[in-house]
Amino acid sequence: MNNSRRDFIRKGTRLSLLITLGAVGGITARNLTAEKYVWQIDPFKCTQCGRCATSCVMTPSAVKCIHAFDLCGYCDLCGGYLKPDPNKLSTAAENQLCPTAAIQRKYIEEPYFEYVINRDLCIGCAKCVKGCTSFGNGSLHLQIIHNICLNCNECSIARLCPSEAISRVKASNAYKVKGSFTKEG
Amino acid sequence: MNKWIKISLLFTLLFYSLAGMTQKQRFPKPEFGTGYHQPTPITPEPRALALEYTDVFVLLVVLSLASWLAVRKRSRKWMVWLSLFTLLYFGFYRDGCICSIGSIQNVALTIFDPGYAISVSTLLFFLLPLLFTLYFGRTFCAGACSLGAIQDLIIIKPLSLPEWLRKTLGLIPYLYLTIAVLFAATGTDFIICRYDPFVGIFRMDAAFHMIVLGIAFLLMGMFVARPYCRFLCPYGVLLSWMSKFSKWHLTISPAACIQCKLCSDSCPFDAIDLPTDEKQVKHRIWGVNRFLVYLLLIPIWVLSLGFAGSKAHTWISKANPKVYLAELLISKPEVHNDEKNLDVQAFLSSGKSMEILVNEATIIRHKFYIGCWLAGGFMGFVIGMSLLNQVIFRTKSDYEPDKSNCYSCARCISYCPVKK
Repeated sequence: MNNSRRDFIRKGTRLSLLITLGAVGGITARNLTAEKYVWQIDPFKCTQCGRCATSCVMTPSAVKCIHAFDLCGYCDLCGGYLKPDPNKLSTAAENQLCPTAAIQRKYIEEPYFEYVINRDLCIGCAKCVKGCTSFGNGSLHLQIIHNICLNCNECSIARLCPSEAISRVKASNAYKVKGSFTKEG
Repeated sequence: MNKWIKISLLFTLLFYSLAGMTQKQRFPKPEFGTGYHQPTPITPEPRALALEYTDVFVLLVVLSLASWLAVRKRSRKWMVWLSLFTLLYFGFYRDGCICSIGSIQNVALTIFDPGYAISVSTLLFFLLPLLFTLYFGRTFCAGACSLGAIQDLIIIKPLSLPEWLRKTLGLIPYLYLTIAVLFAATGTDFIICRYDPFVGIFRMDAAFHMIVLGIAFLLMGMFVARPYCRFLCPYGVLLSWMSKFSKWHLTISPAACIQCKLCSDSCPFDAIDLPTDEKQVKHRIWGVNRFLVYLLLIPIWVLSLGFAGSKAHTWISKANPKVYLAELLISKPEVHNDEKNLDVQAFLSSGKSMEILVNEATIIRHKFYIGCWLAGGFMGFVIGMSLLNQVIFRTKSDYEPDKSNCYSCARCISYCPVKK
C-alpha cells in the first residue's frame, strides 16, 4: 500500500515535470529560429575604442580590420597607414600607425597606393580605423572574422562595447562590409 | 604636405556642406590608368548550420549510450571511454561551446525577451539532457558533459565530506542558477559562460584569472571530486529535480542488496544512501514537531528573502551596463569630462539623449525589482525545503544511490559482489 502510493506520487511528479519541460519548449518555440546567428560589428556604430583587441576570448582577437576597397581613395598620405605628422610618406616602420605592421602599402600609379591588411598580423586594435575614419574615407573598418570567431554564447566584446556596435546577425549574411552594407536608420 | 592640407581642408568644407547627404567620400576613388585589379575583402563563412545539427546528433547518441551503459550494460570501463570522447569532442574540438549548462541563459532570455531568437540546436541542448535524466537519471553528467568529464577523469583521492558541509555548499548551485537566470532574463550578462572555469582549458586560451580559476578547480578536483558539478553547476539543479523522479535509474546491485557494505566507500561524491540507522529512528517523534515548525517556516523564509532581494535590487541592477552608465552620469556629472572613460565618451558622442538612457535604465531596474523579489523568494523556498528535507525521514533497508545527486558514473557497480 505504502509502496504503491509512493509509486503514484513518483509517477505523477514525473508526468508534471515532463509537462513543465513541454511548456518551456512551447513558450520558447515562439522565438525559435532555424537560422544560425553569429556576432558582427556595425562599422557605422563602431567608435574605435580599442576593446576589440583586448576583450575577445581569442588571442589575437577574432576581430580584424577589413578593407572596403570600393571606398578607398588610394591616398599617398593615408590616415590609416601613417602616423600623424610622419617624417616621410614611406613604408618606414617609424611612420606606420599599425603596431604590428599588418598593413601593406603598395605603389600602383602616381599618386595612388593600395593598402592591404595582412590578417595574420592584425590584432583588431582599430588604430588604423580611427585614422582612416577621421582623416579619410573610412574604408578601413573592423569586422568579426568567422573562421576565427568561436561564436561564444555571449560575445565578450559585445558586453564591453561602449557603442553597442556588436549584435547578432543571421549567418547567411554574416558580414557588414562598408559599401555593400550601408548605415542603418 | 601643404598641398594635402589644402586638399583636406577643401574636402572637409565640402564634407560639412554636404552633411545632409551622408556617405559622401572625402577622397573619391581614383580612375586608374594602368590595369589595376582591385582585390575584394576576404570574408570567410561561419561554421555551417549542418554542423550545429551534427552536434545535436552527437549529443543524442552520447546521451543514449551513456544511459545504456549506466542502466543496462552497467560498465564503468565503457563510461570512461565515453566521457573521454565527450571531453575531446564537446570540450577540446568544440571549444566548450555549445553546452547545456549555458543554454539555461538562452532559454531564460528568450522567455523574457520576445526579440531574442533562440536556435533549434540550443533549445535541444537544453531539453534533451533533462528529458533523458527524467527517465534514466543523470547519465548526462556521467557521459555527455565535457565539464563533468574533465573533472571525473582527474579524481585521484576523493575525500568524503561531512553531510552538513555538502548540504550547505549544495545551496550554492541554487543561488548561481537564480542569479544566472535573473541576469539572463534582464539581458544583463551570461555569467555561466563568463565564469565557466574549464572553457579556458578547452580553448587553451583565457584571461589570466580564469586560467587560475580553472587550474584551481582541477587541483581541488583531485581530492574533492567534481567540485564544479556538486557545488556550482546551475544545470545540475534542474538535473537533480529530474533525476529524483527518474524512471529507470542506475542501481548499485543488479539484484537484491546483500548488505555487504562494499560499495559504501566507492562513491567519490558521497551519493550513496546508507540503510537507516536504528538510532535515528528514536528521534522520530521529536521529528514530527520539527517537521511542522520547518513547514511553517517556509513562507517566512520565502517572504523575508524575497523582501531582502527586493531591497538589494538597486545594488544588483548595477551589474547591467546601461543602469550602471545612467547612474554614473547622474551621480558623478564630472565624468562627462573624463576623456579616459570610454563608455561615457562613446555615449556622449552617440547623440543619444540622456532622457532615453535614463528611461531604458529605469525599465531595466524595474525588471530587476520584480526579478529580485522572485529570486529572493525562490532562494527562501529552497532553504526552507532543504531544512524540511532534514527531518523528512524514510526508512531504507539497502545501500542505494541518492538519485538526485548520483551522476550515474557507474563506479559503485564494479564494487558490488552481486553480479546477477
